[in-house]
This record gives sequence, C-alpha cells and structure tokens, in this order.
Amino acid sequence: MLFAISKRALWAVLLLLAVLVLNFVLVHLAPGDVADTIAGSMGGASAETMDRIRADYGLDRPFAVQLFDYLGRVLHFDLGYSYFFNRPVTELVLERLPATLLLVITAQALALVIGTLLGVISARRPNGWWSHVVTLLALFGYSAPVFWTGIMLLIAFSLMVPLFPVAGMQDVTIAGNAFEHALDIAHHMVLPVITLTSIFLALYSRLCRASMMETLGADYIRTARAKGLSESEIILKHALKNSLGPVVTLAGLQFSAVVSGAVLVEAVFSWPGLGSLALQSIVARDTPTILGILFFSALVVVIGNLVTDLVLRLIDPRIRHGA
Amino acid sequence: MNDRLKVRPSGGQGVAIRAVTDTVIGTLAVLALLGIAAPVTAQDEPKRGGTLVQTIQATPRHLNPAVQSGIATGEPGTQLFAAPLRYDDDWTPQPYLAESWEVAEDGLSVTLTLVEGATFHDGEPITSADVAFSIETVKANHPFKTMFAPVRNVDTPDDRTAVIELEKPHPALLLAMSSQLLPIIPEHIYGDGQDVTTHPRNSADVVGSGPFKLVEFTADQHVILERNDDFFIEGRPYLDRIVMRIIKDAAARTIALSNGEAQLSGFEESPQNINRLKKAEGIVATPDGYGAIGPITWLAFNTRREPTSDPVVRRAIAHAVDRDFVNKAIMLGTSTPATTGIHPDSPFYSDDVVLYEADLDKANALLDEAGYEIGEDGMRFGLTIDYGWPGIKASAEYLKPQLKKIGIEVTVRASPDFPTWAQRISTWDFDMTWDTVFNWGDPVIGVHRTYQSTNIKEGVIWSNTQQYANERVDELLEQAGVETDLDKRRELYAEFQRIVADDVPIHFVNTVPYHTIASEQVGNVPGGIWATVQPLDRVYLK
Repeated sequence: MLFAISKRALWAVLLLLAVLVLNFVLVHLAPGDVADTIAGSMGGASAETMDRIRADYGLDRPFAVQLFDYLGRVLHFDLGYSYFFNRPVTELVLERLPATLLLVITAQALALVIGTLLGVISARRPNGWWSHVVTLLALFGYSAPVFWTGIMLLIAFSLMVPLFPVAGMQDVTIAGNAFEHALDIAHHMVLPVITLTSIFLALYSRLCRASMMETLGADYIRTARAKGLSESEIILKHALKNSLGPVVTLAGLQFSAVVSGAVLVEAVFSWPGLGSLALQSIVARDTPTILGILFFSALVVVIGNLVTDLVLRLIDPRIRHGA
Repeated sequence: MNDRLKVRPSGGQGVAIRAVTDTVIGTLAVLALLGIAAPVTAQDEPKRGGTLVQTIQATPRHLNPAVQSGIATGEPGTQLFAAPLRYDDDWTPQPYLAESWEVAEDGLSVTLTLVEGATFHDGEPITSADVAFSIETVKANHPFKTMFAPVRNVDTPDDRTAVIELEKPHPALLLAMSSQLLPIIPEHIYGDGQDVTTHPRNSADVVGSGPFKLVEFTADQHVILERNDDFFIEGRPYLDRIVMRIIKDAAARTIALSNGEAQLSGFEESPQNINRLKKAEGIVATPDGYGAIGPITWLAFNTRREPTSDPVVRRAIAHAVDRDFVNKAIMLGTSTPATTGIHPDSPFYSDDVVLYEADLDKANALLDEAGYEIGEDGMRFGLTIDYGWPGIKASAEYLKPQLKKIGIEVTVRASPDFPTWAQRISTWDFDMTWDTVFNWGDPVIGVHRTYQSTNIKEGVIWSNTQQYANERVDELLEQAGVETDLDKRRELYAEFQRIVADDVPIHFVNTVPYHTIASEQVGNVPGGIWATVQPLDRVYLK
C-alpha cells in the first residue's frame, strides 16, 4: 500500500510540473499582457508607463528565459509575486483557498449524502413515483447552467422572499462572537452551496440508483432475503456498501469538476474564493497568480483522488486484498 | 466661471489675481461653525452617525490614487486622501486642503496656501513638503503624464505655502488638483526610498489625509472605512463608517440595492439595471455628477488602412450609424448623444460641428460618387468591427445589418477579454472598433492623447490608435493647453472639434449612461463633477 501511494505521489509531482509548463505556454499564447490590463484598469497609460511595467515584470525577456526562470523558482517553493496585486502568490492563494474549500467540500459532501439517500429510496421501487421525481430532479439539476440556477435562487430567496443575503461570505456590519460569525457565514453559504450541489446531486443519485438496483439483483441478496432478513437490514447492512463503490469513484473524478463549477458559483455570489481570483487573473494576464492557482487546484484534485482511493479501499475489501 | 480670474490690485509683488472663492471660504467658515454643510441647498440638517454600505464594481489593485488611476482605486482612495481642491456642479474649484490659491498673471506659477492644523491619520501635520512630494510622485509615476509634465519645481517657503513653478502656462493644473488625480500622500511614509508604485503601505496600514481612515481592505470582499475624528473640516465627515462591498456582478449589485442591503453605488451603466432601479421604490437614480469623468462611446476608424483611410468612406459610415437608434433602442434611453470628442457636460463642449445625421441615401450617394462599386453579392467591400467588453456588444452587432444597407459587409470580431482587444487595437490590427474613452476633466488630461500626431504609439492602448494626423489640430491642441484665458481656450477647442468632426477619424455616438444609485435615506448624494470619486464627507444618513 505504501508503494502504491508513493508511486501515486511521484505521478502527482510530474503532473503538477506538466500543468505548470502547459499553462505557462497557454497564457503566453493569449494576446495582450498585464501591462494592457493595468492600463485598462487605469483608464489609459502613457508609453513610458507601459514600458516600465513590462520591464519591471520581465515581460520583455525571451519566452524561454521567462519559463525557465519561473520553473526554477517554483522548484525552490517560490511561487512569485502577483503582477496585479503585488503580493506573494502563496499568500493570495492561501487567503482564498479556505473559502473555496468550504464551498467545495460542503457541496460534495451534501451531494454525496443526499444523492445516496435519494438513490437508495428510488432503487427500492424503481418504477414508483419517487423514482421518477428523482430522475426529473436529476435531469433538471444537471442540465440547468450553474449561473442560471444561482441567479434564479438569488431572485427567489434574496429579492422576492428576502431570506438570504445577495453576495459575499459575511456581513461586516454586524459585530459578534465567533459562533455568531460562523452562523453568519453559514447563512451566506446556503444559496451558493445549493447551486453547486444541484449539479452533482443529479449524478450521484442516478448512479447510486443504478448501482443499487444492480446489487439488489445479485445472488447473495436473494440468499439474504430467503434467510428472512428485513428489507432495511438488507439494504443498509449488505447492499449499500457494495453499491457505493462506483459512486465514490465518480465523486473522486468529479472533484475537478466541482472546483471548476465553484468558479461560476463564486462569480455569481461574489464568493471570495480561488475561483473568482482565477477568473480575474486570467483576464488580467497575471501569470504568476494563474499558475499559482492552477498549481493549488491540481494539488487539491490530486489529494482528492488519493483520499477517494483510500475510502474505496476501506469500503470495498476486494480492492484491499486484490492485485 | 469668468469670475475666477478677477483682477484686484494689491501691494508687494504688483498685480496678483486672486480667486473669488475667498468669499466662499469666509462663508464656509461661518457655516462650518454652525455645523451645516455647504453648498447651502440642503433641505434637512445633516445627521451625524451611521454606517453607509456602498457597492463597488472591482477590486482595486491598491488604495493609492497617486500612482494608480481609475475608478476602482479612486472610490476608496478619495476617502482616504484629501487634495488641495474640490469641485462642485459648475466646475468652480472650491477650497479643500488649500484654503486659498493664486495663479500668477503670467500663468507660470500657482501658489497654494494650506489650511491650518490639518494632520495625517497618524497625527503628523500635513505640510507643503507633503504637497511637493505628492506632486513629484504623481508626476513621476501616474499614467497620465500630461497632468503635471509642465511642473518645473515646487517651492516650499514655509509649512503652509507651496509655489508650483511651471515651464509654460498650464490651466489644466487646477482640475488636476482634485482628489482623484492628486491625493496628498505623506512624505514621511512614502519617502522611505521604496518604489511608491509597489509600496506595501498602498494596501495596508494606509496613512492618509482624507475624511476617512482605513479599517480593513480584503480583496474581493470589501474596503471598510471609519470616520477620521481629526479631519480638518470641523464636524465632518457625518458618517461613522463606510463599508464598500466589492460586488462584480451587476445583477447582484442591483438586487443588493433593491432590497436595501446597500445604499449607494456609482458608475452603474447597464441600461436594463438602470431602468429597473429607477422604478424601484425608495431608490433614486441620477445621471448627474459625471462631468469630469466625461465618458464617451464612439466608433473609431483605422485611418492608415484602406478603405477606412478614405475620409469619404468614414463620412458615409457616419451617416449610416443612427445615433438616435443607439441611444433610444440599444441604450434604452439612458444615454445622451455624443457629437464631439469632448463630453457635453464639459465647459469646452461645442455643438457647432457637422453632425452626420442618419441618412442612408446620402451615405450610398457618397460611396457611389467615390467609385466604390457594388459587386455581384450586393456589397462594395468588407470591414471588421471590434469591441472590447460585453457592454458594447449590441452596438457592434447593430452595425452588421445597418451597414449592409450601404453595401458594406461587416464581420463582428469579439474579443474574449480586455487584453486581447487592447492588443489588437494598439497594434493597429483593426478596421473599425467601438470604444469608450474618458475625458478626465480637463481636455489636456484625457482628450489630447487621442488626436495628437505625436501620440501615435504602437502597443499603447488609448493613445492615438486611429493614427490620425492633422497639423492644424496639433497646433490648436498645443495652444489650448497653455491658454489661460477661458474664452480664448473655448474658441480653440471649438475649432478643434469642428475639424475633427470634418475629418471624422472617430464618429461620436453616445455618452456612457453612468448613474449614481442611492437609497432615499442618503442625504447629499455625491454629484458635482466627480460622482463617487470625491470625498463623501458631506454624505449623511437620514
């Protein structure tokens, strides 16, 4: 098992390096640079100012020099300074990471739990009305664009029936203790989390339903029924663990999708996470920040997949003892 | 406005020109003692206290407008830093950090006298040395080079007097001394040898001279400001705190203003949102206050590439673009027509120019006469139209069916983001482009750069990207830049606007419909000429 993990770790490192090089090239292929963005945000700039900005950030050096210089610094754990904010990239990213993680982990967890529940319920009676409701909900949640769902929720629950705040992560006009602040953040989290959950809820509920239905048709389940075990016991003690395999695998694979879905959700709800920073940095051609964010996202996805693997080993003994 | 240059004899150094606002200062002092805000048109008495929640549209790079132009830094920056002058509706300078000023008769120097007892947020006194330092810093680092380029030196004979010496007369100097353009920054903080453009005190622990102090600046979340209790204007600011919430999405801002989560927002420009907010209860939406921003949306031509290098082609296209349609249908009636490169609210605007009224027959006739034949496909030639941001997408797409009527095949080129568009336009890789450019108050600051043949600079966006060169225009702009007599200056700019309209390197279409949205609870909603990029010390909550 240790060997498997260290092999994974090596692949992860190579992957991260590839991500950095590829994206460095991509960003540089895009027309325009950060001097254009800064001039744009300032309502114009003189030629001297733009030359100075370009010289300050080494943008007038040859491309290969810029690439190797950057890689060299990354290998020394130096992610550089943001062109736009003039602060260390690591600081910027670590500042925003918790907000995104909060959103992503909550949404994934909720989608998994609720999805499994819905899947189990609809698998018990595959042609019952509940099963059809779940299917419809799934279709709707999956096909509706994230930003549409988000704005619709905002209009419904922030404007028409003002239950939830419009934007942001917290209300700074209220003073309070740590518990009250946590409640305030939870209050702000409701709509963005619902939006993000809705997409993946669909996937997990459908997959769980299918997987559960397949498991319930297996021989050993028939044996259990013949032995006289109750339906709930069969489902909860025997069938569930065995049907969770595909769902957990999918959840691991979807980690990257959740992170990118978070970008759109953060844009709609002005949630101050990595997603909104990423969008802004790309538009601003703030190369060090873009690469720093991609580095951390790749890291999150790799770790997410590692965790998924571990969980799979826990719930499915066949993997544990397998080749 | 002519009163500004009233001549009054005085002893000592001969005839000096004294600003008439001396009397205004006297009135202000009396009113300040009575605790009432000026200008004296307020109906209720301003109440002290409360937290105002304002929404802003972008995260500022940092909070120091001395080295970073633009609205994002300006909205918080003009609360943190004061400037020598401030401006009201009629473009008349009012005293602010400078209680009086004199422009010498030969126009080669301006003497400022600072108010007494003004201090920075850390208690250090604001002196003329800080004013000199600020002017030097802005001159060296600010992207708008023309603002202080003619400043030769700033003399500081005593702590409260600064004498700005100029290479040539520079009437734009007074406008340039607004908080948006010349914030007075502390020399004892920024003069420590570090590069001011990347100074750490630009974003954190900001020590300013303005009515509000910085409590917290969290990127993508908010800027929190609180009252400066030692502000040099007695009794002000009225507000306890201002929370500037950064909400980039226009729809989210509209909802926040509608349900009362926020009470103030400037620079709202989406026609749909403006109309929605105008109808909302308890909310006031006004287009007043953007005179010094002077934002104009126009159709620019590449004058060095065929066929747009032919003025006849440009005139024909100008006749085909229906200003009325753009303002009424595309901008939903929220904007007003623009007819020259100078904004209609500017004292230098002149409407005595050829208007190019919508006339498709005339456009077709012009092109026929010039020999641009209609081909088999019904088109004379093809042109591309660029645009840089989603707000003017509709105007760009409008050109396709409209110019088809005069036989021009238009291809719309969308840019995924600003730098892509900026790169194209600044490297002259375009036929036509929609663009929005600000006047920035005095034409010397934001207008000259578009038309001077000396400002054709490759790779620099918002320079003379049209590559327009007219000797007489160059002459006029140079003269107008140093003309201190207001009437003569207006004449020069009037001729300039006439010639540019004739040459039509740019067809001016509409002003940007910036609106300030405020809850009815807000008193003294910022207006004047600088909207929300001016001190909010007079704002109060009812």
